[in-house]
Order: sequence, then structure tokens, then C-alpha cells
Amino acid sequence: MEPIPSAEVERLKAAAARLRGRVIEMSHAASSAHLASSLSCCDIVAAAYWGVCQIDPARPDDPLRDRFILSKGHAATALYAALAFRGFFPEALLETYCQDGGMLAEHPPARMLPGVEAATGSLGHGLPIGIGMALAGRMRAEKYRVYALLSDGENNEGSVWEAAMFAAAQKLNNLCVIVDYNKWQATARSNETLQLAPLREKWAAFGWDAVETDGHDVGALTQLMRAVPDGGEKPRAIIAHTVKGRGVSFMEDDNNWHYRAPTAEEVVLAHKELGLA
Amino acid sequence: MRNAFADELTKLGNVDPRVVMLSGDIGNRLFDKFRAAHPSRFYNCGVAEQNMTGVAAGMALSGMRPITYTITPFVTTRCLEQIRTDVCYHDLPVMIVAVGGGLSYAGLGPTHHACEDIAFLRAIPNMVVICPGDAWEVRAAMRAALEQDRPTYIRMGKRGEPKVHSETPEAFRIGKALPISDGTDVCLLSTGTMLPEVIETAHLLEKQGVSAQVVSFHTVKPLDEDFLRDALSRFRLVATIEEHSLIGGFGAAVAEWMIDEAIVPRKFLRFGTPDAFFKKSGEQEYAREQLGLGTHHMAARIMAVVQ
Repeated sequence: MEPIPSAEVERLKAAAARLRGRVIEMSHAASSAHLASSLSCCDIVAAAYWGVCQIDPARPDDPLRDRFILSKGHAATALYAALAFRGFFPEALLETYCQDGGMLAEHPPARMLPGVEAATGSLGHGLPIGIGMALAGRMRAEKYRVYALLSDGENNEGSVWEAAMFAAAQKLNNLCVIVDYNKWQATARSNETLQLAPLREKWAAFGWDAVETDGHDVGALTQLMRAVPDGGEKPRAIIAHTVKGRGVSFMEDDNNWHYRAPTAEEVVLAHKELGLA
Repeated sequence: MRNAFADELTKLGNVDPRVVMLSGDIGNRLFDKFRAAHPSRFYNCGVAEQNMTGVAAGMALSGMRPITYTITPFVTTRCLEQIRTDVCYHDLPVMIVAVGGGLSYAGLGPTHHACEDIAFLRAIPNMVVICPGDAWEVRAAMRAALEQDRPTYIRMGKRGEPKVHSETPEAFRIGKALPISDGTDVCLLSTGTMLPEVIETAHLLEKQGVSAQVVSFHTVKPLDEDFLRDALSRFRLVATIEEHSLIGGFGAAVAEWMIDEAIVPRKFLRFGTPDAFFKKSGEQEYAREQLGLGTHHMAARIMAVVQ
């Protein structure tokens, strides 16, 4: 695996910080929930959209593009901001998030916004869809890769494990799952709800090339995600250890921010901490 | 019906490289020809229907034309949310093919009965619901479904049903009722595998001096409204017949439509299964008799109304 040059790591970090800033603004403007879930995965989304995926915003339907599926659809603000910053649609559209008659609902819509690969929001759907995309690519000998970002709570869904076994049986090495393992789900600690631990070992036992990493290390994430396929026959699972609400001291690991939206004053404080003020 | 399905699948797969077959670990040897011809386009998805349906959606999003297939309850209600959210919300050309609709697998017990699937699936936006009347209609439905690029549900019986047609009916169109025989007094609208029983019922009525038109009303959604309007104005009695609950099925769809259109039928009868699980052992014919779907029972109920 090629290490990521430090200049590129800095660029990815800046992209992630910019995503966090925008996600916080959107949550405030719309009084929408799931801010902490979005902050949790901004580094993963930044790695995907700035470091890994072969995508061309001018050709969002290019059949040979890499696919990134936000299976944890409740982190839609992170996806919307990434797509806008990458040029899939105008940034001004972010102002319409959650507004009456808009295209940016609280969960990503089906076949309406350029760059949104799948409508998600109901958990446990993104991985099977991603497997279908990966198999279609393999049937046609196309080299694109498929990435699916799952939440840890999403691992509660039986369909995730149906999919995990199927992908392994199919030896889908053009497929990569990233689990945003922030140790919380909507109302409780994830491991106290349905026991996920040991999560890496679970994915490995299901036949995946499963690795653990710091889910806020954009360089490590980029390196691991780029190395797909890696010559082996297994799909890759990256268990990304994260902190819910990452980047804002008064939100980090405080699950009230699963539902709370920040006040105007809190937006200013958060932006300062992110170095965006 | 399932043999016709497998044979037609092979034919479609031979001419269309987008056709992919996904089986829920069923159809032992049924797909040997397809698998031999197209090994990279056959997937045994195991006993994991949620995943199978999501995989089909992902394939369709990537330009393929997948078909999901297993026993009716498992390919419909078991994975209903994947059908709704992955297939129908994305409006994808996935063909969901069910074997053993209605009481086809009566002997296997209520876990394998399917008398609610039409109700669930026709409630989902973008979904087309087709219940072919015989093996030839299965073939016609598959060809038409592949052409229309929309989510389509095809509800089959199992195997060995009597054939009504002698070849693929030329006049088969999705959303268009298919008249089987002419009649002047009553109109019998049959959907799905009840068609041979309805033809027999018409013969029983004929013997008692009542002339019945038999129609294969294979498409439950969208309804053939023009045909319904005409039949309801022309016949003394119109009846719907289906191997499905009276709640939410074909007859319910027609009744809802009549109310919305402010059409008052002269006489209207619905034949279907009651709001109850059929727990007794016994095969399809026995279950039909017990549930009021036997030919003599249907003929007697119709005679009681028209006389």
C-alpha cells in the first residue's frame, strides 16, 4: 500500500474540516437531527470523495465510476456537502436542505440528485445494493469499485449479515465496507444494545479482509480504501474507530447530539474549534 | 408454470445480456440450461431474500435486468421493505417472480400460502402486478416485463397447471384484460391460476342456461379501466375470482375503482379467500373447495344472484 504524502493528508484534513463546518450550519439552519452522526464520518467521506473515488462530477452517471453509498443515510448532510463541494451540484442548493419543495431531504433521495448512488435512510440496505453494483461490474469486466459506509448501529440489521456472507461467497474483492464505529446508536451505547464486539473479528469470521483503523486518520483511511482490490479474493471491511460528534469538544461522545441541533452561538463556537472562523 | 418460466428465462437470457437470474436457494436443476449457457449471470443467493432483493436493485442501478425468484411469501412479504425502498422507490427494472401463489402450496401449510401478496405489492408506487392465467401467459408476461423497464411482480402457480392457451397469446399486453371466451349474461374476471377453474365454472353455468364470458384479468395493477367500464355496463353480473384474500386483492382493487368512478354495478360478486389462515392439511383442490373457490360452489353462488 502506498503511503499518502503529507501534503495530500493536509488537503484531506482541510476538506474534512470544511465538511464539518457546513454540516453544522445545515443542522442549525434546518433544526435537523443526526448532526453527531454526520460529524462522526466526515473524515471517511472526505477520504472517499477527495482521496479515493474515481469520479467526475461532470459525468455523474459514467458507468465506469467508482460508487460510494452512504448506507447510514441519516448522515446525509455530510454527503450533500461533499457532493456540492466536489461540484456535483451548486453549493447554493445546500441552502435548500429540508426546505419545503426542495431536493435535499433529511435522507438522500432516489435518482434525483447527481452523485447520490442510492436512496438510504432505512438501515441495512446500502450493502446489498452495493453488492449488486459490484457484481454488475464484475459481470461486464468493468474495473470500478464500490464503497459502502455503514454505521455501527446499522450492524444490528440482519440484512447486513446476509449481505456479508453473500459478498464473501462471491469473492467480491471490488467491494469495501467502512463501518463508522462511534460506539453509539440512537439511544444507547451500541455494544450494550446488540453486542457488536469484537466487530473486526465478526467481519473477518464472515469471510472479509477486515482491518481496524483510526476513523479520523484521513491518510490511513485513504490508504486502506485505495488498496481495493488488493489482489486477494476477499471483500474488504474497514472498522473505523470514531468519536460521535468529532471535531467539536462539546459534542464529542455526547449522544444528545444524535437529535439536538446547534444554536447560532454554538455554530460560531464550533467553527472556531474547527479553525474555520 | 415454473418450467415455462425457466425455459423462457433461458430464451430471454440468450438474446439479452442484461438478464441476470437470482434464486433464493430454490429450483434444484430447474435452471440448469440457463446456468450452462450463462454461468456468470446466475446467482444462488441462499436463504437470504432481503439481501437478494437489494442485490437485484444494485444490479438494476448498474444497467442489468435482474429477476428474483423463490416461493411467494419469501420473495414478497419476507423482503417487502427491500421491494418498496430498493426496487420501487428507485423505480428499477427488477422482475420479482413468485412460485406458488395463493394456495398452490396448500399442503405445506400457511407458512407457504400466499393470499396477501397482491395487497401488499399493489400498494407500492411504481409496482406493476401481474398474475398470469397459465404457462403461456407466464412467458408473455416475462417478455412484456423485460420491455417495460419498471418494477414488475409476476405471481405464478407451481407446475402442471392446465394450459388455457396453445401458444403465447399475441394479444397479451400488460394492463389489458385478455378475453378467453365470449358470453352475454355474466362476465367472469379471473386473475392468476384460477383461470382453468373459472372456465369450468362457465361451463357449469352454460348447462344451466347462463352465458358467461371468461376473461384472464392478468394485470391487477394497473387495472384495465376501459374493459371494466364496458363489462360493468354490458353484463347483468360481473364477478372477480382470485386465489387471494378478499382484503386488498384483485376484487378489492376493482371495488375501490368502482367507488372512485361512481360506477354502480348491476350485480357484482367477489370470489377470494377469507380473512383467516387455512390450517388444515390437504392439497390445493381441497383448500379451494373448503374456501368457496370450487367450481360448483362458484357456479351456485352466481346462479343464486342472476336468477
